[in-house]
Amino acid sequence: MAPPAQSQRSPSPSQPSGKSEVSDLKLQLRQLAGSRAPGVDDSKRELFKKVISYMTVGIDVSSLFGEMVMCSATSDIVLKKMCYLYVGNYAKVNPDLALLTINFLQRDCNDEDPMIRGLALRSLCSLRVANFVEYLVGPLGSGLKDSNSYVRMVAVIGVLKLYHISASTCVDADFPSILKHLMLNDSDTQVVANCLSALQEIWSAEASTSEEASREREALISKPVIYYLLNREFSEWAQCLVLELVTKYVPSDSSEIFDIMNLLEDRLQHANGAVVLATIKVFLHLTLSMTDVHQQVYERIKAPLLTLVSSGSPEQSYAVLSHLHLLVMRAPYIFSSDYKHFYCQYNEPSYVKRLKLEMLTAVANESNTYEIVTELCEYAANVDIPIARESIRAVGKIALQQYDVNAIVDRLLQFLEMEKDYVTAEALVLVKDLLRKYPQWSHDCIAVVGNISSKNVQEPKAKAALIWMLGEYSQDMQDAPYILESLVENWDEEHSAEVRLHLLTAVMKCFFKRPPETQNALGTALAAGIADFHQDVHDRALFYYRILQYNVSVAERVVNPPKQAVSVFADTQSSEIKDRIFDEFNSLSVVYQKPSYMFTDKEHRGPFEFSDELGNLSIGGEAADNVVSAQRVEENDKDLLLTTSEKEETRGSSNNGSAYTAPYDGSSTSVFALQTHIESAISNPTAADHSPQASLAIDDLLGLGLPAAPAPPSPQLKLNTTAALDPSTFQHKWRQLPVALSQEYSVSPQGVAALTAPQALLRHMQSHSIHCIASGGQSPNFKFFFFAQKAEEASNYLVECIISTSSAKAQIKIKADDQSTSQAFSTLFQSALSKFGIP
Amino acid sequence: MISQFFVLSQRGDNIVFRDYRGEVVKGSAEIFFRKVKFWKEDGQEEAPPVFNVDGVNYFHVKVVGLLFVATTRVNVSPSLVLELLQRVARVIKDYLGVLSEDSLRKNFVLVYELLDEVIDFGYVQTTSTEVLKSYVFNEPIVVDAARLQPLGPAAIFMQGTKRMPGTAVTKSVVANEPGGRKREEIFVDIIEKISVTFSSSGYILTSEIDGTIQMKSFLTGNPEIRLALNEDLSIGRGGSVYDYRSSSGAGVVILDDCNFHESVRLDSFDMDRTLALVPPDGEFPVMNYRMTQEFKPPFRISCLIEEAGHLKAEVILKVHAEFPSNITANTIVVQMPLPKYTARASFELEPGAIGQRTDFKEVNKKLEWGLKKIVGGSEHSLRAKLTFSQESHANITKEAGPVSMTFTIPMYNASRLQVKYLQIAKKSSSYNPYRWVRYVTQANSYVARI
Repeated sequence: MAPPAQSQRSPSPSQPSGKSEVSDLKLQLRQLAGSRAPGVDDSKRELFKKVISYMTVGIDVSSLFGEMVMCSATSDIVLKKMCYLYVGNYAKVNPDLALLTINFLQRDCNDEDPMIRGLALRSLCSLRVANFVEYLVGPLGSGLKDSNSYVRMVAVIGVLKLYHISASTCVDADFPSILKHLMLNDSDTQVVANCLSALQEIWSAEASTSEEASREREALISKPVIYYLLNREFSEWAQCLVLELVTKYVPSDSSEIFDIMNLLEDRLQHANGAVVLATIKVFLHLTLSMTDVHQQVYERIKAPLLTLVSSGSPEQSYAVLSHLHLLVMRAPYIFSSDYKHFYCQYNEPSYVKRLKLEMLTAVANESNTYEIVTELCEYAANVDIPIARESIRAVGKIALQQYDVNAIVDRLLQFLEMEKDYVTAEALVLVKDLLRKYPQWSHDCIAVVGNISSKNVQEPKAKAALIWMLGEYSQDMQDAPYILESLVENWDEEHSAEVRLHLLTAVMKCFFKRPPETQNALGTALAAGIADFHQDVHDRALFYYRILQYNVSVAERVVNPPKQAVSVFADTQSSEIKDRIFDEFNSLSVVYQKPSYMFTDKEHRGPFEFSDELGNLSIGGEAADNVVSAQRVEENDKDLLLTTSEKEETRGSSNNGSAYTAPYDGSSTSVFALQTHIESAISNPTAADHSPQASLAIDDLLGLGLPAAPAPPSPQLKLNTTAALDPSTFQHKWRQLPVALSQEYSVSPQGVAALTAPQALLRHMQSHSIHCIASGGQSPNFKFFFFAQKAEEASNYLVECIISTSSAKAQIKIKADDQSTSQAFSTLFQSALSKFGIP
Repeated sequence: MISQFFVLSQRGDNIVFRDYRGEVVKGSAEIFFRKVKFWKEDGQEEAPPVFNVDGVNYFHVKVVGLLFVATTRVNVSPSLVLELLQRVARVIKDYLGVLSEDSLRKNFVLVYELLDEVIDFGYVQTTSTEVLKSYVFNEPIVVDAARLQPLGPAAIFMQGTKRMPGTAVTKSVVANEPGGRKREEIFVDIIEKISVTFSSSGYILTSEIDGTIQMKSFLTGNPEIRLALNEDLSIGRGGSVYDYRSSSGAGVVILDDCNFHESVRLDSFDMDRTLALVPPDGEFPVMNYRMTQEFKPPFRISCLIEEAGHLKAEVILKVHAEFPSNITANTIVVQMPLPKYTARASFELEPGAIGQRTDFKEVNKKLEWGLKKIVGGSEHSLRAKLTFSQESHANITKEAGPVSMTFTIPMYNASRLQVKYLQIAKKSSSYNPYRWVRYVTQANSYVARI
């Protein structure tokens, strides 16, 4: 239900409507304006308060401007402050009248009380009227030199305000360089911090047009400035500012990294969560390229993060929990013993529970799965239905991670027996996914699924899942044809196209397994499908009908091809996006689980955009051109091969945006070329239509290209120890061949540790006759392209291998000239990889 | 960097509204309030503390029913802004003594004064109550604290026991006592929130204590203070955090982790577990700590559900207080969700029960049992007869529960962490300020599965 639209700011009944009160106030203010009577300040205070309170609730009191200014001639500081507040609020809409205030504000800027000087200066700069800027330069200049730190503090921010009113006035007055001087020399740390804030804003905005500004901005993260700032004692808030700056600093060697970390170590025990998170960001970013230290950092920050999650207000703890969530998802195995911290409490809000459920799913491993699943099953009976659903999904995800499948299948089956419709629905979907990955469980599952009456399943997703199982396992389910038949009879009542599509396919499958019992239903279904108003349903029905007419055995091969179990379900978020979010640690990106470009407009990306552009800056002068950086961002988003954060890469290499290094001296062709080939092949499907690859794909679709069963692994597969392949052939082949196998392996802890030197892996694999042609990436994600050749013939295997050290997983894509031996090769590859790091 | 700050009442009225940068649309307060109020159509889900509408990020924290809100278009650190909002609320409370809609409305000019100094052009300048004192000139208008629900965990001292000078916690840092003289006193509160989950068979599945040592000082001249904690206190646990096997020995208190306020010096902490600090004005946490070491839960809960004929069932709830009899828990509420098809519930309290109430919440099918107080060592029980509107197919225990409990136990702390002494650097021999060291334990999530 939408709330009633409030187009006008209508004051609630308890608040005065405005008009008459305002004119009343006007009269009273006039009477007091010239008065010198004793106690007049008190009466003024009362009136001013009324004015401000009207202002707050949204009543327009701008008509009192003249009277307010007249009354402001006073030495009473409370009155002055109220007047300043009022003036600041209305000056923009009343520029003519605001001119009246300039006089007394300028006078106050020279008051002998620093408090008054500061206040007046702040108000003067807050008027936000472009015509007044000439009046600001003088007071600001003297304010920056004031002997009192309060006035300087206000003046520095005043400069920033001036910049936003009129950038040219600010720059022409040379204020930025005065701020820079103050930043490096002022005795008051809040003045220093304000200078830093102001300069970051000013120089970031100027950098697009001025090379000098971009150099200055870069100088902020130079060693002398960073060390100077690290060695001063700031307030907790200013510390956050400085720490954010430090994350952009690139130390020259590891001893510097350790120095900085040792210096900041005690900040991890700070009660202010913002300081702790800013410190953690520094630690994580500094150690990115040092895998083992990076891991130690994770261990070190665990306890402080958990403490922050459980102390403080629920809101603060949510902000910290979001960050903990990010770390858990990146390196679940580090948190696997802490799973109890991620148990949900009954009184937590849903957004907290949801995060925790995901974390529980991620940290599940051999040793804790039983307990985690037991806990999740408790939530399945939760009164909070959305959370109950998600708990069941979590159980399913854990099941798909292949730990202790046995027990989990039992639980899922219990869910089906709980007789709560939403529980049944969720569980059905999960059983389906489970069967796709572990067909060997079909016997147990089907027995229970067969008992579910399709009438009790209403949700389209669940219904589709049930129908899929009926079709897929119709030979094992006594009633399958009859259940399907009754569903087909109710075709018109089925509103979801997804369900109808599944129904068509299921009836087809069932028909090939049990023709006499299904023939009727199939006829009805095809007729209903062809008459269906939904385009997809209609098309599919027609396709089935025609292919049956053409050749029944071909139809069978299309509908019922031998199936390979699904090994990995696609991840919803690409690793590029995840890395980007990690780069933006300690920002809203983590809470929203989106990189900043998805929710902020360019000009407001703030200091976090800084790093990207800086990367360009260090390459050369051309980075001043904003278009270049915008393009690069887009390029990287689309980039299929680049998985690591581009920040380091753009910094480290020249313009092609790729830091892959080819291990052979002779192979000068960069992998970047390969990358663009692949991109063009994908982005240009019409061209691909005529390539041999396309026809191969169609063969696959028809189930003709695949061997009847995966070839048994042949242990005698021998690889050529001196295989050679030039990069352009590799690229060519990689583009042409379909993926024969896509798998995920676990990497041993020793292997992860040994990856600190990725070159070691290349040598290791070479000793197993698997050669590297290109490698790249940085901790925690590495990417390698390998190739190998059969010993007896010139048959190649191409491998893309992405190793994530944070999750200790390797994702492998294998392409082969001879597909029938790809499984055997995969076995070889896996055994070679598993020996990596073990002496 | 934030763009606006405002405080909204429960009904969505602006109490204070400050625009620092003029980057966000004027109607942001209304946009925000509508979004929070109608987050999900069914009203079941709360809005998260941070969300984005049309490129504007809204942050909010709830304090005593008021919404403290900040907006920005920039991708800032969420914990910084949320921490800031919380801190602004605390500073305002330090000044007003009591934080409530009423006190804010009466003192909004003072609040504007504070806001001007705390944030300038969206950047935090200071949140130190002490530093702010020199910039703020309005005198707070004190509202009657007795009628209002005050802020913060220390507020619980105002209920119950007379020994606590309740009004002192609601004293403003700037207002003078009626007599014109400030009373020299310092409050140290050890506040522990405990979370326990019992399995259906009664053993402890998880338990955790989240504690805070909270300080509020009214000492003039900022003398140094030394707080000595248990000498055998140890911090950090090796190996698995949930290691219940370790027979934690008698009296040894092991914290998993802790953090400290920035004013705390830990020079001698490793040696004698003493914290040294010069307390700034106002209320602040000296130390936050977390403990998963095994401890004795203050209450045992047992619950029995039996079918009692056609469409009927009986629930028997028992609560046993496991703490010493010289301690009394107060404001206890026991809740239990009943099966959805429960139509009626009638209750039977034990004979002679006083200060107890029972309720069946028709809307969300919840049983609620309130007890004014429970004396240590005692046991209370409740019998509820349920009538169902339809026959249940499944096990009733799967449809009901878990039992949850909230309570407050003054002068009791589950962790046994103690302030052994509170030493104030003496200015003269006659200087002897009042020191209040108080303990309290509250339920955070106290749940028994059935």
